[in-house]
Amino acid sequence: MNKIKAFIDQRGLGSFLILAALILVVFPLAMDIFRLNLVGKYLTYGFVAIGLVMCWGYGGVLSLGQGVFFGLGGYAMAMFLKLEASDPISTKIQSTPGIPDFMDWNQLTALPLWWEPFKYLPFALVAVLLVPTLLAFVISFAMFKRRVGGVYFAIITQAVALIMTVLIIGQQGYTGGVNGITDLKTLLGWDIRTNSAKYILYFANALLLLGCIYFCLWVQKSKLGTLLLAMRDKEDRVRFSGYDVSMFKVFAFCLAAMLSAIGGAMFTLQVGFMSPSFVGIVPSIEMVIFAAVGGRMSLIGAVYGALLVNFGKTYFSESFPDLWLFLMASLFIGVVMAFPNGLAGVYTSHVKPWLARRKATQAKSQALAVPPADNPPPASPPPAKEAEVPGLIRAT
Amino acid sequence: MAFADMLNIGMMQGFAGLSLFAVLLLMGLGLAIIFGQMGVINMAHGEFMTLGAYTIFLFSTLAESFFPQFTQSYFLVAIVAAFFVAFLAGWCVEWALIRHLYKRPLDTLLATWGVSLGMQQCFRSFIGPKEVSPTLPDWLMGSWSPHEGLDIPINGLFVMALTLVVTGGVLLALYKSRWGLRVRATVANRPMANAIGINTKKTDRMTYAIGCGIAGVAGAAFTTIGSTGPTSGSLYIVDAFLVVTFGGAASLLGTVASAFGIAQMQSISEFFMTGSMAKVLTLMTIVVILMMRPQGLFASKIRH
Repeated sequence: MNKIKAFIDQRGLGSFLILAALILVVFPLAMDIFRLNLVGKYLTYGFVAIGLVMCWGYGGVLSLGQGVFFGLGGYAMAMFLKLEASDPISTKIQSTPGIPDFMDWNQLTALPLWWEPFKYLPFALVAVLLVPTLLAFVISFAMFKRRVGGVYFAIITQAVALIMTVLIIGQQGYTGGVNGITDLKTLLGWDIRTNSAKYILYFANALLLLGCIYFCLWVQKSKLGTLLLAMRDKEDRVRFSGYDVSMFKVFAFCLAAMLSAIGGAMFTLQVGFMSPSFVGIVPSIEMVIFAAVGGRMSLIGAVYGALLVNFGKTYFSESFPDLWLFLMASLFIGVVMAFPNGLAGVYTSHVKPWLARRKATQAKSQALAVPPADNPPPASPPPAKEAEVPGLIRAT
Repeated sequence: MAFADMLNIGMMQGFAGLSLFAVLLLMGLGLAIIFGQMGVINMAHGEFMTLGAYTIFLFSTLAESFFPQFTQSYFLVAIVAAFFVAFLAGWCVEWALIRHLYKRPLDTLLATWGVSLGMQQCFRSFIGPKEVSPTLPDWLMGSWSPHEGLDIPINGLFVMALTLVVTGGVLLALYKSRWGLRVRATVANRPMANAIGINTKKTDRMTYAIGCGIAGVAGAAFTTIGSTGPTSGSLYIVDAFLVVTFGGAASLLGTVASAFGIAQMQSISEFFMTGSMAKVLTLMTIVVILMMRPQGLFASKIRH
């Protein structure tokens, strides 16, 4: 038992385990399938948020184009599902059976060549992972090799997001236009719209997310993570120490792109469609705020940020649609002005010292209370709770 | 005959390019000051433009309902008012937010994005979600036809003339006035400018506010071309940033050149393909050129 505790403390896994318990046990028990599906959708944004922690918080590279990678992953998945949903029998009323319905509406008479390979799931999965990563590599390699600063990089990624949206909306016949790719039904014959499928997809998504967080925690603990941090703080010094700074930045950006793409693919599977409204400038900046609210330096915090902001968005846009944008505006301004390190920063700078003070005073009062030894202080919390605290602190 | 038609089409096409150039330049000018000179990533720039446009709408409504004798002349006064409204708003935003963030440029991006969301919702709640357009004076309507078959819209000419005036004014102010001297000194070397007695804080606030004011004038000019809605500003923001970045951030001349280049690229490619593909092609060309030459067309000689 002590060994396990020591292991958790040492790897900083306490808060990771709390998050795992929350999304694997508490949420499925407390919510019906509709709400759980929503949480699953929010968790797919969690992938983007942890990607941003890696490239923005650790690498110092702010990307305003994460929606592009999220969308590319989502579209790659949606293209496979759409082709499966539009077999010749179920599309026999179309003038050209066997092609997706929106192509038929746009007077296409044959499947475009570049859609062909998406008939195969392994290809689609590889595309989900590699297409966004390659795009990220091309963009970031060209720019970081020329030592482009963070501000310009942010603007270029934003322009890429605009290009992507205009392209998707403009090429309606090939991409489904504004509506996106809808009406997705089955994955290899398995109906993804049933409740049981939604449960399974939720757990698959949650486990995948936890796996990605674990991987990123491992990267942060490794020499690579230390280098990323050093680079963010004093880039020139790392460069003069003989490291190729640009390639580390490229790595961070590609990692973030790949994580976003995984999120996008899981989004498509759980929500059942993909559209350009998750690709453009506005959603991409909203993704940045998930990471900013949670804490740009904390992987776990970023997931909480994604969950909280999206819960807020759903709740407020259902009940007070006018208030939502004001709230979002004050969230942006407040986080930047008052809490640059987000919720995780609030935890480390306010809650942690408070807990430590409390512990210290408790120890003192216990030491004072020992000689009489008849009534222990009533406010002492259960020891089990205290045992978790060090792990929590170290992870954030 | 056929040759004359070709000539007319060519001239009108050329005029379309020029008027797009005027629009892009007008959008880019304010940002060239705020982003190019000060390094503040002002994502709320589009909303300051919308603010100027709504000022024109307010004046037009006032003139129509209370002072019918001014319906022909309110426009010029309203443009000046648009400048001052946006100027004041910019002044307040700088005082409340931006001055705390000069050392964290990427955070100005997030904070001003918040400002832009807030302003959009204000427009929606207090003015209305619908698109509005002011009643333009008669002398702005119609077109000018120097000879048979050639029509040049007057509002386009007006925007071009206004662009000329504003660009000239900004160039003069930046390179011939005391304020311009102070701004350039602050940009070039802040501690040194401080040391020789320039109040850099005051200069910053003035600069930001003037940049916002120019955005207001740009928005005012755009009411002659299209209608204004709460989210109109967000349509311009990426274009404006690309114009400034492409031109080379710290160079006003670069902004002029890049607005010209982008406008011509866009209007010529629109002749051969659909509007959206022309936009994609233009943006992609800019992005690729910026990847090859990140400092933009005209690099500044200042070391940062």
